[in-house]
Amino acid sequence: MSRWDSDFVYAFKRSPVACVSAGVVCLLVLAAVFAPWIAPLNPFDMAALNLMNGFTPPLAPNAFTGETFLLGTDDQGRDLFSAILYGLRVSLFVGFAAVALAMFLGVFLGLLAGYRGGWVDTLIMRMADVQVTFPSILIAMLIYGVAQGLIAPDNRGDLAIGILILSIGLSEWVQFARTVRGTTLVEKEKEYVQAARLMGLNPLAVMVRHILPNVTTPVLVIATITLALAIIAEATLSFLGVGAPPTEPSLGTLIRIGQDFLFSGEWWILLFPALTLLLLALSVNLLGDWLRDTLNPRLK
Amino acid sequence: MRLKVLAAALSVSCLIGAPLVQAETLRWARSGDSLTLDPHAQNEGPTHALAHQLYEPLLQRDMAGQIIPGLATSWRALDDNPNVWRFQLRAGVKFHGGEDFTADDVVFSVKRAKLETSDMKGLLNSVVDVRKVDDLTVDIETAGANPLLINNLTNLFMMDQGWTESNGSAVPQDFANGQTTYAAANANGTGAYQLVSRTPDERTVLKANPNYWGVGQFPLEVSEIIYTPIQSAATRVAALLSGEVDFVQDIPVQDLGRVDATSDLKVVTAAQNRVIFFGMNQGKADLDSDNVQGKNPFADVRVRQAMNMAINRDAIKQVVMRGQSDPTGVIMPPFVNGWTPALNEIPAGDMAKAKSLMADAGYGDGFQVTLNCPNDRYINDEAICQATVGMLGQIGIKVNLDAKPKAQHFPLIQNKTTEFYMLGWGVPTFDSHYIFNFLVHTSEGDRGPWNNTGYSNADVDQMIVSLESETDLAARDATIGKIWNQVQQDVVYLPVHNQVLNWSMKSDINFDVQPEDQPHFKFLSFN
Repeated sequence: MSRWDSDFVYAFKRSPVACVSAGVVCLLVLAAVFAPWIAPLNPFDMAALNLMNGFTPPLAPNAFTGETFLLGTDDQGRDLFSAILYGLRVSLFVGFAAVALAMFLGVFLGLLAGYRGGWVDTLIMRMADVQVTFPSILIAMLIYGVAQGLIAPDNRGDLAIGILILSIGLSEWVQFARTVRGTTLVEKEKEYVQAARLMGLNPLAVMVRHILPNVTTPVLVIATITLALAIIAEATLSFLGVGAPPTEPSLGTLIRIGQDFLFSGEWWILLFPALTLLLLALSVNLLGDWLRDTLNPRLK
Repeated sequence: MRLKVLAAALSVSCLIGAPLVQAETLRWARSGDSLTLDPHAQNEGPTHALAHQLYEPLLQRDMAGQIIPGLATSWRALDDNPNVWRFQLRAGVKFHGGEDFTADDVVFSVKRAKLETSDMKGLLNSVVDVRKVDDLTVDIETAGANPLLINNLTNLFMMDQGWTESNGSAVPQDFANGQTTYAAANANGTGAYQLVSRTPDERTVLKANPNYWGVGQFPLEVSEIIYTPIQSAATRVAALLSGEVDFVQDIPVQDLGRVDATSDLKVVTAAQNRVIFFGMNQGKADLDSDNVQGKNPFADVRVRQAMNMAINRDAIKQVVMRGQSDPTGVIMPPFVNGWTPALNEIPAGDMAKAKSLMADAGYGDGFQVTLNCPNDRYINDEAICQATVGMLGQIGIKVNLDAKPKAQHFPLIQNKTTEFYMLGWGVPTFDSHYIFNFLVHTSEGDRGPWNNTGYSNADVDQMIVSLESETDLAARDATIGKIWNQVQQDVVYLPVHNQVLNWSMKSDINFDVQPEDQPHFKFLSFN
């Protein structure tokens, strides 16, 4: 185990791409976590906003109030730097939670399909096949629409983030299930698994204690890649106006708002959130690619 | 090689052929679509805007807002009975389907518009009967003399009785409850344009009606209209800048400079006959969307006064509207009979006073409530709502904003399920009675259909009804003034501003801005 560790660390140190992208991801995650301490204002507190600060360019004083903002303000007078930090928080939270949901679901269904075989396998994997033929953003929108229909309008604001996590999580489980099923099919025929079954362990224990440890590495790799997808999916849904509400903006919501002011020359409202999203998605993706190449060349 | 020559010859002949056909297509875009083609189902601006191309009223407003003859050529109150208005109908008019337009169609249409599911019934409260005199003469009788009846008929469209009845649409579509009918998806009017195809919220195509009675009287230079609703403001501007559309009715205020500076485009600006405001349910015993148990904070006039003071209309004008609005303290545009500068005065923004009013009312710690807002109806509607959320937050009212397309927003008001909402009101009659009858009168029967505030004042109701038969115009104006004073004192609504219209189009188009935001394309001409 320790040899694997040092190999991994060695490979990491040798790869500038991995170092830089891991650094950027860490920085952005820390910025999101400590947003309340870093951000000069709380952009979710609508009462603290001064509308007259609206459309202030970066580092230039506002014409009415004389206040200056690092990255300027948006149409509601919200400090963009603070809004981006808090938006990053929403985006990352939705991303991590959706990946956790997809991972849990995918690993469980994959184990079940591989271990049980027969009609259970057929049912789960055909479901996966069907789902994979649709773009995942379409599935996410479908689930989002159904969830919106089921929930009373008054609760929608509070549950918007939950629905977002659910719809992205449910649209990304297939990759996990397929990988886990493949490994399970190989592992379940091995002697140690047969031995465990002969000892009379129940199927759940065999699956979780004996087979699952074999799939942790590929699952972690897929989780990282899926994280980038989930962040983009959240931004896309919010950009389309069905994700995070405008009073609690994620990066996608900020980009949607900024898009309206592109022609009128207020470029900063769009540019800074978009750059942040680009940086985040790119570094998570690069990190995922590197992990895949290093840990599990078979997935290539 | 021979193929190439043939292709070249073909394309040359196409080039030569093109100018011979005098076909002028106008590609028209605005943020939202017409809600329905049934001309009596929704009393709403964009719905009427499309209906005005397909259908016609007895009389209508031209591009300057003046009343001109439509399907009636003349009208007068009878000398011996001032309760009866007599309309002389235009002869030789045919519907798009070829049916003759007669007095029967007028009787049918007016009666249809008075049915329960009609949204136009509020304009016809005073009408007690409509009678055919002969094929081209109709009498409309009102309860008491109503000198202003004709003002209420400018959006009352005439349908063909045979077509409507045989297609199962004799009763107007029940829009608020999601009904669909044949007449909601098809049209057979007498208008200058007829329907070619329609996909709601995507694209509607109209073509010139070759048998239109007004040929020779109106420019009628547009032979085809392609109407595309584009909700995203940026996409709408991009479509205009790239030449994908010719006429955009609601260009976002932030892009006016850019569009006006583009050489082949122009912006035409004029004040609109439309006021934007917030309504809150002050009549309910307890609100569903708030966090106060057992009582309704909006029921306390001090809370409403505090909210009225907290809304900084100047800031909304400066930042959200970029100067393109006319802040107001009354839910009445200056076009309307009854408007005075004193009523229009905006409440002073006094935060300390507002907070102390909240404390006096027992809400010193504030409360929470949901605001419903459209996002494709009024100029910057969602941004105004967002700004208002912040301003109300400053006096402790935590507002959850729920912004939706108008097709989902308006039923919330009509079904009385929203408790705090944004609404805009244009006044096609140019008279205060229209505002009172729809928005102030107790909501019961065919009165107060858009009054979702629960406001109910018997004295006010009685005064509103009396306006319909008051022939002494000075006394009538005095009553209007009394009603407004009561409405202002009770802070029934929170007025924000009157809209300013900015129509943007190709420079070669000659088209005036109509104060009701109703483009009548038969008046459009090209340079």
